[in-house]
Amino acid sequence: MSTQIEHPATPSPTVGIEGSAVRRGDRVFLGLSRTAGIFILVTMAAIAAFLIWKAIPSLQANTANFFTTSEWFPDQKPSVFGIAALTFGTLMTALIAMILAVPVGIGIALFIAHYAPPRLASVLGFVTDLLAAVPSIIFGMWGLQFLTPQMEGLGKWLNDYLGFIPLFRNDSGQYSKSILIASVVLAIMVLPTVSAISREVFVQVPRAHIEAALALGATRWEMVRLSVFPFARPGMISASMLGLGRALGETIAVALILSASYTINWQITAPGGNTFAANIALRWNEAGDIGLSALVASGLVLFVITLVVNMAARIIIARRSEFSGAN
Amino acid sequence: MSELTRDERAESEELLHRALAGARLPRWGIAASAAGAIALAIILNLTTSVAGVAGTVVVAVLLFLAIQTTWSFRVEGRRHAVDRLATTGVYATFVIAIAPLVAVLATVVVKGLSVISSTFLTTSMRNISPRSEGGGLYHALIGTLEQVGIAALFGVPLGILTAIYLVEYAPSAKSRRLSRAISFFVDVMTGVPSVVVGLFIFTAFVLTLGMERSGFTASLALTILMLPVVVRSTEEMLRIVPRELREASYALGIPKWRTILKIVLPTALGGIVTGAMLAIARVAGETAPLLLTTFLSQSINTNPFKGPQAALPTFIWDQFTSATDASVNRAWGGALVLIVLVMVLYGAAKIIARYTGIKRG
Repeated sequence: MSTQIEHPATPSPTVGIEGSAVRRGDRVFLGLSRTAGIFILVTMAAIAAFLIWKAIPSLQANTANFFTTSEWFPDQKPSVFGIAALTFGTLMTALIAMILAVPVGIGIALFIAHYAPPRLASVLGFVTDLLAAVPSIIFGMWGLQFLTPQMEGLGKWLNDYLGFIPLFRNDSGQYSKSILIASVVLAIMVLPTVSAISREVFVQVPRAHIEAALALGATRWEMVRLSVFPFARPGMISASMLGLGRALGETIAVALILSASYTINWQITAPGGNTFAANIALRWNEAGDIGLSALVASGLVLFVITLVVNMAARIIIARRSEFSGAN
Repeated sequence: MSELTRDERAESEELLHRALAGARLPRWGIAASAAGAIALAIILNLTTSVAGVAGTVVVAVLLFLAIQTTWSFRVEGRRHAVDRLATTGVYATFVIAIAPLVAVLATVVVKGLSVISSTFLTTSMRNISPRSEGGGLYHALIGTLEQVGIAALFGVPLGILTAIYLVEYAPSAKSRRLSRAISFFVDVMTGVPSVVVGLFIFTAFVLTLGMERSGFTASLALTILMLPVVVRSTEEMLRIVPRELREASYALGIPKWRTILKIVLPTALGGIVTGAMLAIARVAGETAPLLLTTFLSQSINTNPFKGPQAALPTFIWDQFTSATDASVNRAWGGALVLIVLVMVLYGAAKIIARYTGIKRG
C-alpha cells in the first residue's frame, strides 16, 4: 500500500526503531550495562595482574627451580620451593577423574537425551543437577569417612592382581588418603558438568539425522554412533574439558582427602600426593610473607592452566554453534 | 479366508516380524538373564572366594552382561548384541550417578541428625573447646547469611546489567567485538577455580588496599564467583523473551530503556530470580575462598566489615579438621544445615522456574 503513496517528507521507517534518537535515559542505561560488562573483563585482567605482581617477591627469593623442585620451604632462608609435586598430583588426580567421569557423564547425557522416557528424563536431569549443588566440603567429608573404607577392598585387589603395573602397586599397606580416592570423588563432582553440557548438545542433534539412521534399520546404538556422536563430538570434547577445568581447580574435597605429603607418588592407591589448590588451602594459615607469595605463585600457575583449558573448551564449542544453526 | 484363532494370529504376526526384523530375544530375555546372573553370583558368593556385597554386585553385573550378550549374539546376531551391551552400559551409568548422590545425602542426614538440636542452632562455639560436646553454629549461620547476602547485593545487579548489555544492546551496538569478548570471558570466568578467586581478593584487597580479612572480603570473593552464573542464566532468559513484545513497545514510542525495565525484565523475572537463587546456592557452600579471605571466629559477630566472622563452610572445615569425636559430629551437623540451606534454595528456584516460565510460542 505504502508504495503507491509518494510522500517525500516521510522519514525512512528504519530510523528510530532501535532508538537512534538518543534519549538521556537510554544513554544512562547503556552506560550502566556496558560498564557492568566491562567490569567482568577488568576483573579477569585484575586477577592475572595481581597474582603476577604478588608472586614476584617469592620467585625472586626462590633459590631452587620453580618448576622442577618438589620441595616446599619458601619461608626458610634460603627459600626453596617448587611446584613439581603439585603439577604431578594435580594432573594425576584430574586425569584419573576424567577417565572415570567422561564415559559415565556421556552415558548419563545419552540416557537422558535418547534412552529414558521424556517424563523420567526431566526428573533425572534434576537429580544430576542436585549432585552439582552439593558443596565440595561435604564431598570431602564423605570421601574421607564413607568412601575410604569402601575403597580399601579395591585397593587391595588392584595390588594383589594388577600389582605388576607400578601404578597399582602399594608398598605402604595403607589404602586411605590416596590419589585414587581423591580422583573418584573428583570424578563424582565433575559428572554434572560433563553430563549437563553433553546433554545440551545431544538434544540439539537434528531429528532428521536420527530418524534417517533408524529408517535405514540401525539399532539404537548404531543410531547414536552414526548420527548423535558425529554431530555432538565438539560438544562432548568441550564438556570434558570444562569438567577437567573443574577437577584441576577443586580445592577443599582434595585437601580433606589427600594426606598432604609433598611428594611425587606414583602408587595411586597409597597415601600421599598434593594438588595446587589443596596445597594453597592447607598451607595458607601457616605461611609467612614469602610463603604467601609462593602460594600465590602456585595459584598463578593453576590459574593459567585452567584458563587455557577453559578457553580451549569454549572456542571448540563456540565454533560448533556458529555453523550448527542450532541456536 | 477362515477365521484365525487368536493364537494363530499372534503366531503369524511373529513370523512376519521375524521375517522383517530377524530373530529377537523373547520379552522376558532381559529379566531371565538378570535373574540367572544374580542367582549365579549368589552361588559364587557362597561357594568361592567372591565375597562382600560390592564384590557380589560386580560379579552379578559382569555375569549379566556375559549371559545377555552371548544369548543375544547367538539368537539376534552381532549388531543387536552390541546394541544390548550399549543399552545396558547407558542404563548402568545412570545408576552410577544416582548412587553417590544417595550415599552422600544419606551419610549427611544420618550423621547430621543426631547432632541437630535447638541448642546447636541457636548458640555459638564461644568458650567451647573442640573436645567438649555442645555448642552450635548460630554464629556461622549469621556469617553465611550476611556474606552471601552482600555478595548477592553486588553480584545479582551486576550480572543482570551485563546480561542486558549482551542481549539488548550488543547486537545493534557498534562495539560487537566488545560484547563478544565479554561473553567469552563470562564463560571462562565460570571455570576460574574458587581458590584462585580467593587469592585474588586477598592480594588485591587485603595486601594491596590494606583491608582487614573480614566477612566483607569473603563476600567480594563470592560476588566474583556468582557473577558469571547470574549473567549466563539471565542472558538465557532475556533471549527467550519474544521479540514481538519489544517491537510492540517500540511501536508505541516507548524508549528502549523503559521497554527493558517495564516489558523485558518483568517478562523474564521468574527465570532471572531462579538464576540468581541458583548462583546463591552455588556460592553458599564455597569453602576455599573463605579460608583465604576471612579469619574464623568462634563467637557471634554480626558485623561483616570488622573482625573475624565464621561462615557455615569454614565452621565445618574447622570442626572437621579439629578431628575430635565431638567436633567431627558438629561438622556433620553443620554439613546437614548447609546442605538443607542449599537444597531449599535449589528446590525453590526450580519451583519458581516451573511456575513462572515464559510460555514459548
